Amino acid sequence: MKEDYMNPAEEIVLCTGPDVRVQIGSLALRNPVMTASGTFGYAREFENLVDLERLGAIVVKGISLQPKPGNPPPRVVETACGMLNAIGLENVGVDRFIAGKMKYLRSLTTPVVVNILGDSVEEYGEIARRLDGVEGVAALEVNISCPNVKKGGVAFGTMPEMAARVTEAVREASGLPLIVKLSPNVTDIVLMAKAVEEAGADAVSLINTLIGMAIDPMSRKPRLANVIGGLSGPAIKPVALRMVWQVAQAVALPVIGIGGITTADDAVEFMLAGASAIQVGTANFYDPSAAENIVQGITGYLQQQGEDRLVDIIGTLKTGMA
Amino acid sequence: MSEFQQKCTLLARDCLAPDVVRLTFQAPKIAVTARPGQFVMVRVIDGLDPLLRRPFSIHRSSADGTISLLFKVIGKGTEILAQRCVGDQLDLVGPLGKGFDFSGEQPVCLIGGGMGIAPLLFLAEQLEQSGRETQKDHVLLGARNKDELAPLAEEFSALGYAVQLASDDGSVGHKGFIPDLLDFVLPSVEQVYTCGPHLMMENIVGQCQQAEVSCQVSLETHMACGMGACLGCTVHGKRGLVHVCKQGPVFNADVLAWGEI
Repeated sequence: MKEDYMNPAEEIVLCTGPDVRVQIGSLALRNPVMTASGTFGYAREFENLVDLERLGAIVVKGISLQPKPGNPPPRVVETACGMLNAIGLENVGVDRFIAGKMKYLRSLTTPVVVNILGDSVEEYGEIARRLDGVEGVAALEVNISCPNVKKGGVAFGTMPEMAARVTEAVREASGLPLIVKLSPNVTDIVLMAKAVEEAGADAVSLINTLIGMAIDPMSRKPRLANVIGGLSGPAIKPVALRMVWQVAQAVALPVIGIGGITTADDAVEFMLAGASAIQVGTANFYDPSAAENIVQGITGYLQQQGEDRLVDIIGTLKTGMA
Repeated sequence: MSEFQQKCTLLARDCLAPDVVRLTFQAPKIAVTARPGQFVMVRVIDGLDPLLRRPFSIHRSSADGTISLLFKVIGKGTEILAQRCVGDQLDLVGPLGKGFDFSGEQPVCLIGGGMGIAPLLFLAEQLEQSGRETQKDHVLLGARNKDELAPLAEEFSALGYAVQLASDDGSVGHKGFIPDLLDFVLPSVEQVYTCGPHLMMENIVGQCQQAEVSCQVSLETHMACGMGACLGCTVHGKRGLVHVCKQGPVFNADVLAWGEI
């Protein structure tokens, strides 16, 4: 009889344990684990090491209007529990990205989020326009915060009105779900989140890297050719967690948590603080299996906690003393 | 080309000199696919400090499923790695990168300086196994002193190569710089393979260009991922920046901008 018949899709959900699906605006994800831009190339780099079909979403390396060669070396340096990078946004440019990288990405069932960056408001709009309607692009993530390029990122990411203008320009140019990635290098990140919310963003992701530097005392030189760079890795997790918690309380938009996430516990902490999804970044470098392991670990956590649905734990941080 | 992430058991730990260590791992998947000049990324410890993997060229790879790495203790990562115990499981990713092209049959010269000798033993073994007459090939090895050189030199000699040595302190072979020995060798070879300190390689590349002998170099840089994702391991090529992890670590010397690397 029809009423008793369980449809196969439902059955799969029941058989595999807790429901870990999440929603970022109109973007539905099979699980909350995304790979952070700039740490996962264009995904194919990891095809032999990671089951890409098990990820919630893939955020590709930031794309600009024209190809960028990036900064001179040295570009990376390890620091305590973290690393500094000053890659300088090296990328193939939007046209070569669409022509050369999308075919492979389209072959995956995992949603592909394209991270975009520009030197001017118009440029952001133009990149978004070129990506709009490209088959296989599930959403845009707007990088307003990269600290490496003197002319670009910093100003947009540190001034609410500029961040809003970029958001509006991308919103106008594209109907794709729009995520704005926030910089932590500001006095009040909540102001930035509110500004892009008002300007039409569908979600915010945070945090991008914290600007830092490292010096070699023997040579008395900076360890990065660019002198300063972006700090990432477990060292920044407490800062990221604090900012996610503050932003999640202040805006109605879904928040994507980023910053030093290496384990399922890390991911869960961000979700308790209010994140609807998370991105794994630097961990992809030192443990390519991290993102997959986190997916599995989240399921284990929910089972252990007796929760049926991941969405039920979002923002359930207990802050009272009782 | 395929790479693997594997937990590998440390089978042997040999000190060739006070601060020079050779580790041998059970790494069947990596060993089967590895080619000379390729490298592995090693997580020296499971914790978060040091955070990043360390790249090591593959020193030896055997049909029995083992690979060896050779390194000098120079910092925190290598210090921890040198203290790992036989039986420990370490997380390795590899084989990575583009190795040496050694398809030719003409006489070749392998030139290694310091820990740059590491990948050349794997190359020497593969060349020997290809059935060539290794006595027509040359091997030039340089390092600080006899302690560091002797054990490695023996292994090349055992494969039938004519081995010449240079040491900084003169305790074995020529006292001085390895490129000093190249004059006599270059006229009789068609191909040079080299790995070692930058200044040594730059000198060798210059001599090879003058003698019109093809030269392949293996570069070492800081890397965060080793897989072409972080884009951190760039050096200057003649036509813009190149990535050591994917386009190398072995390059035809002509594509690199030696003055500014």
